[in-house]
Formats: sequence, C-alpha cells, structure tokens
Amino acid sequence: MNAIECEGLTLALGGRDILHRITLAVAAREFVGVLGPNGAGKTTLMRAILGLLAPREGQLRVLGRPAARGNRAVGYMPQARGEQGLHLRGWDFVAAAGGPRWGLPWRGAAERAAVDRALALVDATALARRPLAALSGGERQRLLLAQALLGEPRLLLLDEPLISLDPHRQAEVVALVRQVQQSLGIAVLFSAHEINPLLGAMDRVLYLGAGKAAIGPVAEVITGPVLSELYATPIEVLQVRGRFFVMSGGQDMEHAAHRHEHAHTHGGTP
Amino acid sequence: MFEYDFMRHAFAAAAIVGVLGGVVGWFLVLRAQTFAGHALGHIGFAGATGAALIGIAPLWGLVGMTLAGGVAIGLLGERLAQRDVAIGIVLAFALGLGLLFLHFYTAYASETTALLFGNLLGVDRHTVWLLAGLGAVSLGGMALIARPLLFASLQPELAAARGVNPRLVSVLFLAVAAIATAESAEIVGVLLVFALLVGPAAAAQRLTPRIGAGVALAAGLAVAEGWAGLAAAYVTDWPSTFWIATFSAGVYLLTGLATGLAPRR
Repeated sequence: MNAIECEGLTLALGGRDILHRITLAVAAREFVGVLGPNGAGKTTLMRAILGLLAPREGQLRVLGRPAARGNRAVGYMPQARGEQGLHLRGWDFVAAAGGPRWGLPWRGAAERAAVDRALALVDATALARRPLAALSGGERQRLLLAQALLGEPRLLLLDEPLISLDPHRQAEVVALVRQVQQSLGIAVLFSAHEINPLLGAMDRVLYLGAGKAAIGPVAEVITGPVLSELYATPIEVLQVRGRFFVMSGGQDMEHAAHRHEHAHTHGGTP
Repeated sequence: MFEYDFMRHAFAAAAIVGVLGGVVGWFLVLRAQTFAGHALGHIGFAGATGAALIGIAPLWGLVGMTLAGGVAIGLLGERLAQRDVAIGIVLAFALGLGLLFLHFYTAYASETTALLFGNLLGVDRHTVWLLAGLGAVSLGGMALIARPLLFASLQPELAAARGVNPRLVSVLFLAVAAIATAESAEIVGVLLVFALLVGPAAAAQRLTPRIGAGVALAAGLAVAEGWAGLAAAYVTDWPSTFWIATFSAGVYLLTGLATGLAPRR
C-alpha cells in the first residue's frame, strides 16, 4: 500500500489553484524531499494530506484511505512553531500533543511510556528535562520531531524543519530523520528550501512549482528542462562537487527563496 | 478577625475566586490572552450597572455580559487578535455605557467604587454561595477542556490535524474565562481583575516549568494573595483591593528577581 496517492489532484486557496491536477504516489517506506519556490504549495499539500484542506478536485488517498482529519497514522511537524509556552519543560510540551480527547491532561502509564519512547527515538530524553526556552533551535527541533512521532505514525510530514538552522545542525536533523525513518520503516515527506542538505538522505525528490509537480530520482528531476517548467522561466542546473545550484540568469533560485523567507520571519510575519 | 461574619465570608470568597482565577489565569497567560481578561472586566461593568438599573443583582449582569463578550471574542478569534484599536474603543464604550446606567440608577458613589475597585468585605452569605456555584461549574468546564485546550494552545496546527476543534475549544475556554473575570471583579473590581487573574499565574509560570505544578501554584498564590490582602486590610483598615493588588505585583516582581531577572520577551 502506498503512503500517498494523488490522482488529478487540484488544491486551491482563496479561489486560486495552488496545485493543478497533479498525479503522484509516495511508497510506504520512502523518504521524499519536497522542494519548490515559496508559494509552490509545499505546506498546502501537507495540509491536504492531513485533511485540513479539502481537494477542489481529484483524489487524495493517505495510507489507502481518503485524506481525513484525526488520522493518528500521520505525524506532522508544522512550520509555524508555537511561540507559546516556552517556559514549559520539554517533556510536558511533547506530551501535550497526546490526542483530541476531552478531559484532564493526566497522562496514564501507557501514555507516559509512549512519550518516553518517542523521546528516546530522537535521543532527546535528557533534553526533555529542560525548559524549551533553554534549548537551541536544533534541540527544540528534536522535541518537535518526537511530538510528531507520538501515536506511532506510518507517514511523517515535516514542514521546513531546517529553517533557521545553521548548515551543521541542518545535516544533523536530516541524518536523524533518515535514521528514524529507516528504523521505523515509515514514509517521510520532508520539505525544504534547498536540495543540498537532503541529497544523501532522500530516496526521491518531489519538486513543486507553477501549479505542477515532478517526482523522481534527483538525477531525473533536478535538470534544466524539468525545473524550467516548474519555475516558468529558463533554469540552468549546475553541479559542483556533488552539490546542485539551480540558476536563473546568474541568480541562485533556491538561495534567493531562502533569503526571502528570512526577511519574512524577521519582519514578524509568521 | 474570624469572629466577624463579613470576614469569614470574605475569606471564603477570596478562596473560591483565587482557585478559579489562578487556574484560568494560568491558561490565559499561556495563550497570551491576558488582554481578553482585561477587556471582559470592562464589558462586565456595563452589565453590572445595567443589571442594577433594572433591579437584578449586579453579579448576574456582570456574568451575563462577560459571558456574551467571551463567546464573541472566541468566535471572532484570530480576526480580533490584531485589532487593539477596535477593542480599545469597544472597552471605552462599555465603560461609558456603564456610567450612563449608573446615572439613571442615581447610585451612590460608593456603589460605583465597589464595582470598579471591588468590595470584598461587602460579600454576603448569599453571594459566597453564588460564587461557589459558579466557580464549581467553571472548574468543571476547565476539567473537561483542559487536555484539548493545552494541545491547541501549544500546537494549534497539529491539534487541528489530530482532530481537535481549536475554535470550539477557544470559545469554551473564553466562556469559562468570562465567569472567572466576573468573579474576580466581584472581589477586586473590574479595573483590577489582572491582580487575581494574571499576577499569580504569571508568577507561577516563572517558578515552575511543569504544567500540573504551575496550575496548582497559580491557584495557591491567588488564594494566598487574597487572604494576605484581607488580613492586611483588617490590620491597617486600608482597602483590601489595594493590598491584593500590591501582593500580586510584589510576588510577580520577586519571582522575577528569583529567576535572575530573565526577561521572557
């Protein structure tokens, strides 16, 4: 059974098509990097997979069933990291994401064990004893990953986990996700601004742009002709010592997008 | 001082409102919604004076208006978050409306003062039972929504994906917060609800990174500050509201010093 199947899927926001009639499948134990310029639909696609956005047309099946909210088999690490509760202990923060039940937040033995297991998977057992405010960006990222792993998902959606991390921490997060993905045998969608940090880890790449999607091995997707269509402008792909540079008229498109995103975050826009 | 009925009533009322205010306040601070508590107090003033005008107990007017206001804030949700100016104007209008009701009611200045600044020593037996009943309902409501509220406050997107309805949880919480605000206003007045709702909770969040301990500490601090204020008022004959506000601010400042003057924002 595939983790994700899209058939003629159109996703729209505010009457505008973000993704138009895309068809693709992600296998059960596959690590797929999701790339593309800002606004290409990376987050929109994840929200649709979670059932938070209904398809305008076409089919979207998640682990063999139509996408729907409340699917415990799908783990999610949103890009909008809450700014609330930074004084809280990491453990309490992770455990808060238990489930949708009503009632008091007492954690039973089984639930506490599940939190401890998720923390152990990402090697954050010691980190979780400290308040979030005392952790670095990379350490907080590990707790968020543990939170996404609660409920033992078979599909993990990670929205821009590398944002605002330095290259060294980026490599650590990618390696950690790859290790967890392989040891649990689950599927991962990992969105990023830049392809290079993901190169060694991902099985295939899903590149979004201009309402379209291209999925396949890096060597087949990260090419001038394919990306020219997705960016709707002539693109040249340079490869230097195993790293890719997506260039348009002498400008590096992925780095330009990254800088733009930073300007956004510092400007106070979420 | 316990030989007087009014003192026993005052201590009981301070305990009830302290527990509710501390618990609700902890979540208000967590959700960065403390301004809602302030706003609800002002809206409640118009309700209290309006109720007095038509011959109903002001507490019911207070609860009715804060509940309506809380649900409205919850329903408007994010659209309201960035609108300081609109909220400020509505608050000023609510206070103005309250003043007009008082004008027609031709109330004495002392009753206006009681609404604005509280009158803990004037709480009678009937009001204590009323506060206890409303407090029990509100704490019951909190017990019901605490789990999804915590989830939706810390990770709204993830909570929505996991099947929590953040809008519903937010409306229910603000309804409970509205009752807590009305009860706090009965003790320290509509202008000083921050002293019971926010002060103890903010201090508790500085003192412990644990959720359960933090909520319990917020409630404990609110009760302790209320009781200490009453005792100080008994000894000095100064207003109890002054003392409660002073202890609330003092404890908050002390916790700041204790945690190394670390600014949170």
